[in-house]
Amino acid sequence: MAIVKNDSVIENDWVALDDEALVPESGANVLVSLARFKAERDALIARNGGLGVLLVPGDAPEDLADDIDRFSLIAVKFPSYTDGRGYSYGRVLREHYGYQGELRAVGDVLRDQILNMHRCGFDAYELADEADVALEKVRAALREMTVYYQPTGDGRVTAGSLRERRRAALELGGS
Amino acid sequence: MYRYDDFDRQLVAERTTQFRDQVARRLSGELTEDQFKPLRLMNGVYLQLHAYMLRIAVPYGTMNGNQMRMLGHIARTYDKGYGHFTTRQNIQFNWPKLNEIPDALEDLATVEMHAIQTSGNCIRNTTTDQYAGAAADEIEDPRPYCELIRQWSTFHPEFTYLPRKFKIAVTGSPNDRAAVRVHDIGLRMHKNDAGETGFEVIVGGGLGRTPFVGKTVRDFIGKNDLFSYLEAILRVYNRFGRRDNKYKARIKILVHEVGVEEISRLVEEEWAKIKDGSLRVSDDEIAQYIAQFAPPAFEELRDNDPEFERRKQAHPDFAAWVRSNVIAHKQPGYAIANISLKPIGGIPGDATAEQMELVGDLADQYSFGDVRVTHEQNLVLPHVKKAELFALWAELKNAGLATANLGFVTDIIACPGLDYCALATARSIPLSQRISERFGDLDRQYDIGELKIKISGCINACGHHHVGHIGILGLDKRGKEFYQITLGGDASQDASIGKIAGAGFSEAEVVDAIEALITRYIDIRNVGERFIDTYRRVGMDPFKEVLYGDR
Repeated sequence: MAIVKNDSVIENDWVALDDEALVPESGANVLVSLARFKAERDALIARNGGLGVLLVPGDAPEDLADDIDRFSLIAVKFPSYTDGRGYSYGRVLREHYGYQGELRAVGDVLRDQILNMHRCGFDAYELADEADVALEKVRAALREMTVYYQPTGDGRVTAGSLRERRRAALELGGS
Repeated sequence: MYRYDDFDRQLVAERTTQFRDQVARRLSGELTEDQFKPLRLMNGVYLQLHAYMLRIAVPYGTMNGNQMRMLGHIARTYDKGYGHFTTRQNIQFNWPKLNEIPDALEDLATVEMHAIQTSGNCIRNTTTDQYAGAAADEIEDPRPYCELIRQWSTFHPEFTYLPRKFKIAVTGSPNDRAAVRVHDIGLRMHKNDAGETGFEVIVGGGLGRTPFVGKTVRDFIGKNDLFSYLEAILRVYNRFGRRDNKYKARIKILVHEVGVEEISRLVEEEWAKIKDGSLRVSDDEIAQYIAQFAPPAFEELRDNDPEFERRKQAHPDFAAWVRSNVIAHKQPGYAIANISLKPIGGIPGDATAEQMELVGDLADQYSFGDVRVTHEQNLVLPHVKKAELFALWAELKNAGLATANLGFVTDIIACPGLDYCALATARSIPLSQRISERFGDLDRQYDIGELKIKISGCINACGHHHVGHIGILGLDKRGKEFYQITLGGDASQDASIGKIAGAGFSEAEVVDAIEALITRYIDIRNVGERFIDTYRRVGMDPFKEVLYGDR
């Protein structure tokens, strides 16, 4: 198991709490379910230490909208790589609510889905592999394609806007 | 026609390399078959009864001569010398070897072709009117919008693992030849009160186990807003479509279960957030795409060509072909020529390598290099001079491609059925061949008139039986094939789902049953009525009577 973010393998310094576990008093970073966040919101945001939420398919990312700046981690679970709801959650969080913290894909995260995740706003990937293998997979996935048709919040320039720039340059050159 | 630029070419090249690597990882065992399956499906590679099957995309059914000839090359080099044109305006090859598929894709990439998103739970190839840009009844050419949809949907990062496959069809004509009401999204171009052209957005149509005619979620969306609106629909579907049961995962079930008003509300709510974003397409950009599909350099001709009229007089065969297979063109002196892939007793939609190469050449010679695939599994040369129709016909006839049966009883849609398909419960092809032989006589076909028979070999309905005037569904009953007949289906602007006539028929009985239905229709029709019109007037009972008597 390894987490890859920003072209390196990072330590997981988050404690994943199940819904019955006691919240540590210390300033540890805690990751809770959406249900627990909704039930214990006030206590959770009052404590020191980072606050993270785990979204599973079926959860509504809208429920985080009012507190979006309080989270430094949102983990999105892909229970199976064929369940694509997490891609929409990523875009909703980044593009509708302007979420700036870490967006981590967890669960069945495989090489061939990583580029799509990245395009939907994910910046961290938890893979089942050893650290060096995981890093190599993420690197390979992110450089496989260089042409993009869809504008998403990832900032990649689309073929459409490159064409427009080219046309504008031609018109300038011609005048 | 749209020509790829360097961006499009690079994307296909990168995809070809990516898939070669995925195949290599599968062959080395790094990927399990389970992990490889969605990757190969996303690239049109199915595992069928006897072999892998490769489905190649023909975006909105449009090809140039080079591309058509390349399909011939693929058939000859990687298959057994033929290919099968499908109801999705694509082509599939039934006998490629997995380790050779990357080579086939590399060959295809040289003519800007690929197999991207021809299967898998993603947005599939967008389909449209096969006469786009040529039809006399067209409001506007739908192809620029189809091309924009192609780009928007290609490797859409958010919509690659949808609950189920997703099909979009567009018509630019009030006479719907693209069956838009039985697609996940159907787009019908029309003008609003202000005189602007835009789209009616129809959602949740489909065939399969649970057929539905789609419902209108918005009567009019402007061209600039089309793509943000599509994205809003897809996001709602991706989030809320059912994933617990693959047979209930299409958007039609979501629309059916929560209601079109609720879907419309969710879509409008999502759209409000994104409509002013970067998916809004400017008039300038649309104009660029319209220019790509500018009409070819038509000559100024008189509409009537005396030589053409003389040829018809002299050659009744030619006259019959013109009457059934040639359609009015918007440009005077030109015509749309349909090439039937339904020879009497043949396999619907099949073409040999030689036929494909010939059609590619004929497209270059007679139709400005433009050739189309239809969802009824035929081909079209959309821009032929009337004066050259006779020469074209003569060449087609030599190649067995001049069957004069377009829209008639032998112009049958059939899925591959149990001869190829791993899902099928009965054979479709041999039945279509037997029906074709029974009604092979052209005079008899012309007497019967327009009649659409559609055959599916299982309830997934790839042969569109739900929307056949006469639909036939092949099932398996205790190890024996039997065939259920539906009547009154229609895929046109008057879309309707056929009704089951009653108990099914054995393989031995079913052709007689079809003939009994047709004989009854001829007995009771009014002058000028097609089969479907008579059915709509008299209902099921008179037909049931000939099928079952007092049973």
